[in-house]
Amino acid sequence: MRHIISLLMENEAGALSRVAGLFSARGYNIESLTVAPTEDPSLSRMTIVTTGSEEIIEQITKQLNKLIDVVKLVDLTEGAHIERELMLIKLRAPDAERRAELKRLADIFRGRIIDVTDSTYTIELTGDGDKLDAFIGAVGEGTIIETVRTGASGIARGTRSLHL
Amino acid sequence: MELSGAEIVVQFLKDEGVKYVFGYPGGAVLHIYDALFQQDDVRHILVRHEQGATHAADGYARATGKPGVVLVTSGPGATNAVTGIATAYMDSIPLVVLTGQVPTPFIGSDAFQEVDAVGITRPCVKHNFLVKRREDLALTLKKAFYIATSGRPGPVVVDIPKDVTDPNVRIPYEYPREVKIRSYNPVVKGHPGQIKKAVDLILGARRPMIYTGGGVILSEASAELIEFTRLLGFPITQTLMGLGAYPATDRQFVGMLGMHGTYEANMAMHECDVLIAIGARFDDRVTGKVAEFCPHARIVHVDIDPASIAKNVKVDVPIVGDVKNVLADMTKELRARKQKPDAEALRQWWARIDEWRGRNCLQYDRNSELIKPQFVIEKLYEVTGGDAYITSDVGQHQMWTAQFYKFDKPRRWINSGGLGTMGFGMPAALGVQLAHPDATVACVTGEASIQMCIQELSTAMQYMLPIKIVNLNNRYMGMVRQWQEFFYESRYSHSYLEALPDFVKLAESYGHVGLRIEKPEDVEGALREAFGMKDRLVFLDFITDQTENVYPMIAQGKGHHEMELAPYCKAPQSGERELA
Repeated sequence: MRHIISLLMENEAGALSRVAGLFSARGYNIESLTVAPTEDPSLSRMTIVTTGSEEIIEQITKQLNKLIDVVKLVDLTEGAHIERELMLIKLRAPDAERRAELKRLADIFRGRIIDVTDSTYTIELTGDGDKLDAFIGAVGEGTIIETVRTGASGIARGTRSLHL
Repeated sequence: MELSGAEIVVQFLKDEGVKYVFGYPGGAVLHIYDALFQQDDVRHILVRHEQGATHAADGYARATGKPGVVLVTSGPGATNAVTGIATAYMDSIPLVVLTGQVPTPFIGSDAFQEVDAVGITRPCVKHNFLVKRREDLALTLKKAFYIATSGRPGPVVVDIPKDVTDPNVRIPYEYPREVKIRSYNPVVKGHPGQIKKAVDLILGARRPMIYTGGGVILSEASAELIEFTRLLGFPITQTLMGLGAYPATDRQFVGMLGMHGTYEANMAMHECDVLIAIGARFDDRVTGKVAEFCPHARIVHVDIDPASIAKNVKVDVPIVGDVKNVLADMTKELRARKQKPDAEALRQWWARIDEWRGRNCLQYDRNSELIKPQFVIEKLYEVTGGDAYITSDVGQHQMWTAQFYKFDKPRRWINSGGLGTMGFGMPAALGVQLAHPDATVACVTGEASIQMCIQELSTAMQYMLPIKIVNLNNRYMGMVRQWQEFFYESRYSHSYLEALPDFVKLAESYGHVGLRIEKPEDVEGALREAFGMKDRLVFLDFITDQTENVYPMIAQGKGHHEMELAPYCKAPQSGERELA
């Protein structure tokens, strides 16, 4: 099953490699991993999307907690949560008909065109992974020049939170 | 007090109560070595190879419970130390390893003797640090000692660039008495509700079994374990790492379990209905085939590391906490209950266990004209009164020692269980002898293992460490040979050691005493002679039976009940079923 694990860790050199190293050393899957500092500059927040049986996920959370640099951890999948990913996608837009169609698609997906040339559109799109996949499907592979995705970030719904 | 970085390192070690540092100098640590030279409080033990330094510090730690301290230079100094660090990591041994590093402005430039020590050691340490500012030195060292020794212990590496120890720059120093790490708070008290649940399960058991590991020794919980076990009257088995925590000569001890454990221990594991696992981690050499592990049992598991619980085997009552506290709390709870274990069920259970015991699974051919390795260990046990510190290397000799030397006290049996590091035994024995100068210390080894760190014979001479080396010399990598005999139709691929040195002359060339023993009738006399030489290292080279195998054995992928017994073991007694 797919799980989103969110954690706070010391914003120290090498902290990211401890997490990445743990996943490779123990043979766990990483679908995506994002990390950036929080409002408290001594802490980084990391979101890891992983897959595995319940036993494996239990081990993953325990092993992550065991890392000295990990301050706090939550498996967001255990409760209601919101998940977002940002995608920047550069598309072939050579003629008026194609450009109009892409503009319409971007509107439907609530994306924004953020850069234009006479032959390309670059679109910014936010949503969960399925929505981004759906957009890619809608524009069709032949249209895509380049995509870049951030991987998922997540936060719990309601008053539940991950903080010190 | 204003000190240079190098002086801070040495002063800190002194303030932390460190007596010995095991190390080897080199460019990146010269400032620290200069500071060491100018004081007498911290004693430096010069090894001959950095692997030896880590094993010696490890032996010291295992024999005392205090952290072992290592000091090595950058690059090859650090990489040579890695095997010893990984050895300590697998067995949860507290080590603090200081590695020199190239000066900070050179880091990442492929400088001379530069290696990313923090990166290389990351997967085999509990934690590691790179100290980039001398102002951080003292607190980082304090954190290193705290992390290494608390919770589930383990090695911690502190990488120190040369400029950080510059003798010309001084800063104020104060010993940090305490340290708090917000992200690290090991649980030590077991959850009272879980302890009650465990006791309920224990009191309802009809065929109980206690299974303990190295955690009991690390937690100094031997007395608590003995009280708990005797109060219940249950059978107890121990892992290779746990031997000595409960006295092996006690009737309730049914021997080691696992691949080369006793028949009675493994059969009792297979048939027990409640398993009480304490400070053990369900290693594959212990469980055998996991799908067939303790098929009838409900399991209580006590461990300080939550990640150890339910890692390999599902448990019914997990208890996270320090084994010492949890055992004391369980004993208290047991004493408070009116209910007692079912005496009649227990009597029947013991009768069944005694039947298995009757197979005498550690039997070997006592009429052989060749020296049987088991015989040497039995005699070693007799000659040392069962009271020596015994280190070992890895292989057949290790298993025979675990089987035949009956350890009655914790911290007496010192071996590399998790990583299985050949070359561990002799340098570890040096660390043990330093920790206990008046104790009898022996290293049981084989002619293959001993050659992996043989250079430390020189260290032993320099510091006059009178350990006794019991070399079971069968001219083969015995355990490799055994597996090749069993599983590769006796194709002994590269397990025979040609061109062995004359160990007697070798020992003598280092300034020690060497003895070669070729006949069974000379074994005891030679041991008595060697152990009589209180102030000399004696290398006993026993020429043993080349074809002897370690029995009993559970082949890989088999269950506890599928043990193979030695060919000379007694036939099944009446009423007992033949093994599958």
